[in-house]
Amino acid sequence: MNGFFSFSRLIALLIKEFIQMRRDRITFGMMLGVPLMQLVLFGYAINSDPKALPAALVSLSQDHYSRAMVSALENTDYYRFDHVVESAAEAEKLMASGKVVFVVTIPSDFARRVDRGQRPQILIEADATDPSVASGAISTLGTVASEALLRERGVPASEAKPADRLEVIVHRRYNPEGISQYNIVPGLLGVILQMTMVMMTSIALTRERERGTMENLLAMPASPLEIMLGKVLPYLVVGAVQVAVILGAAKLLFGVPFIGSLWLLLTAVLIFVLALVLLGYTISTVARTQMQALQLTFFFFLPSILLSGFMFPFRGMPDWAQWLGEIFPLTHFLRVIRAVMLKGADLPTVAFETGILVLFIIVYAGFALMRFRRTLD
Amino acid sequence: MNAIDVHGLVKRFGDKTVVNDVTMQVARGEIVGFLGPNGSGKTTTIRIMCGLLTPDEGDGTVLGFNLRTEGLKIKREVGYMTQRFSFYEDLTIAENLAFVARLYDLKPVGAHVDRTLEELGLASRRNQLAGTLSGGWKQRLALAACIMHQPKLLLLDEPTAGVDPKARRDFWDEIHRLAADGLTVLVSTHYMDEAERCHRISYISYGTMLATGSVADVVRDAGLVTYLVDGPKLEKLAAELRERPGVEQVAPFGASLHVVGSDEEALKAALQDLDGREGVRVSRGETSLEDVFIQFMANSTDNMQ
Ligand SMILES: Nc1ncnc2c1ncn2[C@@H]1O[C@H](COP(=O)(O)OP(=O)(O)OP(=O)(O)O)[C@@H](O)[C@H]1O
Ligand SMILES: [Mg+2]
Repeated sequence: MNGFFSFSRLIALLIKEFIQMRRDRITFGMMLGVPLMQLVLFGYAINSDPKALPAALVSLSQDHYSRAMVSALENTDYYRFDHVVESAAEAEKLMASGKVVFVVTIPSDFARRVDRGQRPQILIEADATDPSVASGAISTLGTVASEALLRERGVPASEAKPADRLEVIVHRRYNPEGISQYNIVPGLLGVILQMTMVMMTSIALTRERERGTMENLLAMPASPLEIMLGKVLPYLVVGAVQVAVILGAAKLLFGVPFIGSLWLLLTAVLIFVLALVLLGYTISTVARTQMQALQLTFFFFLPSILLSGFMFPFRGMPDWAQWLGEIFPLTHFLRVIRAVMLKGADLPTVAFETGILVLFIIVYAGFALMRFRRTLD
Repeated sequence: MNAIDVHGLVKRFGDKTVVNDVTMQVARGEIVGFLGPNGSGKTTTIRIMCGLLTPDEGDGTVLGFNLRTEGLKIKREVGYMTQRFSFYEDLTIAENLAFVARLYDLKPVGAHVDRTLEELGLASRRNQLAGTLSGGWKQRLALAACIMHQPKLLLLDEPTAGVDPKARRDFWDEIHRLAADGLTVLVSTHYMDEAERCHRISYISYGTMLATGSVADVVRDAGLVTYLVDGPKLEKLAAELRERPGVEQVAPFGASLHVVGSDEEALKAALQDLDGREGVRVSRGETSLEDVFIQFMANSTDNMQ
């Protein structure tokens, strides 16, 4: 029997791990339930069409045209004009403090321009830090306000000349790029996978150590490679199930487009999941207790979410942050999955980033095997 | 060739030397008892022998394999029973045994598991979670699991702690039967009667091996003299005797006191005036292994504090 690797010993470890997984109902439920819950929660939070958002009106002229437009805007349910202010500076303060999401400014010469037949303008500023919040509201604004104005003037919409149409000037504040929500759902897949996979495997060895079963396991003839695979492969299976659930939900609930090859997508996801479980396992070879393992995991989570391009546009970050971002598998995974899912990229296009994910696997596995303590010292 | 042949083992944790220059030889087929007070380094020594700890100094072979370099080979031929139950509590009895059987590549797995369960008398409870077994049954399960792959050397760390007398007797019968077939056993214990069932004992105290040999050898080499004192109000008498020079141990055993000392003349002198007292009888007694151990413990300074 080979000392380094034996298939039957690996099978022994795998069976044991699956039984334990099945017995631990709560954890098992969490492995499937939590990702779905998170997807639905975040997915809807991001994808929903928020209504009745607080807005400020800067109305410098209190004419009947303005009043008609404001009431029409309120009727769309998107806007709730909590504040009517006199100056732009005041409105600016409200937006900076987050009290309002929109500032609608109706210029003082508004009525005069309408009466003279000049094209009237209004300015809408939107807090675009969360791009999905503003998008629905902005897109309805133009038509609604324009129609309200025509109605007020008694001009039928069919006879309106271009100059009668309202000109809406939109300023997206704070996040001019406006990441689309489609960007976010595939990203969410990466983040959710990272969360569950790394966390689950990070306690794989520390749990054995804390329960005292490690002593027995080490006294039996299982090699470090077998122990690693025995721990990691079951979670790869769990990861695959999670992927199926999340992708299914993404399609059914959010109608996220799948433009690229599904096989390429699944391959990339599996490579990513393997990197994640190995990362978790690496953490568990370093940590001494389950608590330490979880702390290390969270220590890793926050920067990877912030710097991977999930939260902020990657290219918008300063150079040093971009460099730092490159060390997270999530960063590379996001590039691959966005390219494949949303832009229909083929293998050659994403080969480089996928290769980097494979590199993570090799590095993590090597490090874990090196770090693995065959003894209790 | 000896089954265990280690010399000069040293193990330190931080600046504490837990195992200090331990040398041990155990022949094939021998049953050696490993005794010593709590925290004296028994578990640590056993762990070194099965490759779970690397010694800081010292060397040796276990079953002919180098302690430092051939750990995996040692593991395959050794059965190690840990002091604390360390099988999976969330696996059933049968699943635990099947896990062990597969790890040692025993085929067919089912037959090995069934046979072991049968021998244990646990066949009817095979689907019970190991964590829900009583303490004694956990010990018996662990023991059964570690002899399943028919090891050549058994390292047992307090295997009978909490086990009832009948099961203990069965256990020792089994150990002797296996040893007759050539299995070597190193077993740590705190029970004197178990020590007496071993071919040989080794006594370790705070990391240092103090005595080794058959029970009779160890008792003789200790050079202790024991007197039995019978009479009324033994409690008061014991307190009085403890103060006297030459008396090193006074311990009640049933209706008499064991009075132990290492200097026969001094002890005689100390007990001289008792013989005349009303109802008190002094007679020469046998020194027991326990007396010897208590003496060892009293003499060795606890370097663990
Ligand atoms: N991993 C460790 N780190 C630090 N100290 C340790 C470690 N393991 C054991 N020790 C110390 O080594 C000493 C010997 O411990 P060991 O478990 O070998 O004693 P023992 O003879 O088996 O005792 P017992 O009869 O109570 O089982 C103890 O003082 C213990 O505190
Ligand atoms: Mg011990």
